[in-house]
Amino acid sequence: MRRFLTLLGRELGGAFHQPLAYVVLFFFLLITGFNFHAGVALLNKSAGSTTMVEAFFNTVYFWFPFVLVFPLITMRVFAEEVKLGTIETLMTAPVRDGQVVFAKYFGAWIFYLILWVPSLLYFYVFQVTTSLSAAGAVGSYLGAYSMLLLIGLLYTAIGCLASVVTDNQIVAAVIALAGILALFFLGLLTLFLPGAGPFVRELTYYFSPIQHMMDFSRGIFDTRPVVFYLSSTVLVLFAVFQVFKYRRWKS
Amino acid sequence: MIKVEQLTKCYGPVKAVDAISFEVSKGEIVGFLGPNGAGKSTTMKMLAGFLPPTSGRAEVAGRDVFRESLRAREHIGYLPENVPLYPDMRVQEYLRYRAALKGVPGRRMNERVGDVLDLCGLGDVAKKIIGRLSKGYRQRVGLADAMVHEPDLLILDEPTIGLDPNQIRLVRDLIRNLKRHHTILLSTHILPEVEMLCSRVIIIDKGRIEALDSPQNLRARLGETGHIFLDARVPDPKAAAAGLRRLTGVDSVSIRSDGAWTIFTIHASPGADPREALYGHAVAEKWPVRELSRSAVSLEQVFAEVTHSEEV
Repeated sequence: MRRFLTLLGRELGGAFHQPLAYVVLFFFLLITGFNFHAGVALLNKSAGSTTMVEAFFNTVYFWFPFVLVFPLITMRVFAEEVKLGTIETLMTAPVRDGQVVFAKYFGAWIFYLILWVPSLLYFYVFQVTTSLSAAGAVGSYLGAYSMLLLIGLLYTAIGCLASVVTDNQIVAAVIALAGILALFFLGLLTLFLPGAGPFVRELTYYFSPIQHMMDFSRGIFDTRPVVFYLSSTVLVLFAVFQVFKYRRWKS
Repeated sequence: MIKVEQLTKCYGPVKAVDAISFEVSKGEIVGFLGPNGAGKSTTMKMLAGFLPPTSGRAEVAGRDVFRESLRAREHIGYLPENVPLYPDMRVQEYLRYRAALKGVPGRRMNERVGDVLDLCGLGDVAKKIIGRLSKGYRQRVGLADAMVHEPDLLILDEPTIGLDPNQIRLVRDLIRNLKRHHTILLSTHILPEVEMLCSRVIIIDKGRIEALDSPQNLRARLGETGHIFLDARVPDPKAAAAGLRRLTGVDSVSIRSDGAWTIFTIHASPGADPREALYGHAVAEKWPVRELSRSAVSLEQVFAEVTHSEEV
């Protein structure tokens, strides 16, 4: 456990020691800030029952930076270590492959969570200035943020898989983006197939982060997406672990 | 400390290391010598537990480096060839990280990191960012990392490559001082380094062990084929050479002139030492002599001999 925490500390330290971290943080804040602004504008126009939390997590300005940020966070995770050659000193220290993979994965995931911390401030500011509730109920917050964690788990794993198959960070980022976008748009299948029957609609619900977020940010808790994200994360992480081992043994 | 049996590594059809076997006992400094691409680094990577062998086995401190890799790695300090380091970390921070990773307990952390900082002369750069350090300092950071957990065995892949002569001397002194507590396996292609540091030499070429012995024995193996130089002022070099050839123990003589002086290169017969006879001859002929010397067989010649290369 101590070795895992040491590795995790190094991952987070490494992430914040590079300028990319601050560029990502800056632009992420900028876009989510704009998203907040757009959400407020939307609420001003419509007289519906939409809450601030719903408006924030269900716009195109939310999803756009959301899918872009994972490749940027995960591209360095394994690729940089191989490129620097430090994989050799790392793996000749008495650490298990699993410890390294998990530390790298959770390091990237925690960095992603840190990106979302400032967003809590938006809702606080909203409540203070408008003296209105930003969400219908606490469940709205819990739902929206647990969905952020869950989708984050899977997409971070996909990013790590992309980083472990190549030594080149740019290639890793492109593969990660392609994979995440493919999965993301699979959930929008009904948009491209307007004539699809109820079966296709039912099926795509399993994949659609947009649908999931819509439900969860209203405070509707559904176990299907939870199971989907957790199980597919385990699957992808298993692949990361296998590729990591394979590449090491093969080199 | 190290036991290697029939260790083989293939990269596709290429045999990088071909069924090598050797043993190293505790407290030895063993030099791994060979031309580029001979399989030195590959062997060291396998011993350090980074590369799996195609076949064969290796043991470090009684632990199989592949089956009990984690246990074996605890006993090994490994410095890879190009000294990979995290450029974003500070020297002390890096060494603390590495020490924690290698299982140095928290209460001994300051002591161990302080010790290796002192030992490697890194005290004044402890707070500097590794990416800004010179090559010599980076090399020493790598060395400090290799020994921060007090391993029984140090595997150093070309520890002095790319350093200036002063730094090389510092690193050599450091390695010599480490002999007391560690067994050391180092690779190099600098021959004098091996003669200075190592108690035994493994010469490896094309993945095979060509020679394995102490530097003294390796030199002795080439026999007394050293040359003798006689530098004298003689009236007629050709006649003088003919005179020298008649002496017992002299095989052949070649001459080279240096102004008024003539340098005779004399090949002695195997086992013979004609230096005294040469001196007597020069005195009898009343030649003024500037130099009478014998060249020792260097490891360089041994190396050239066993690796069948033309020139080293």
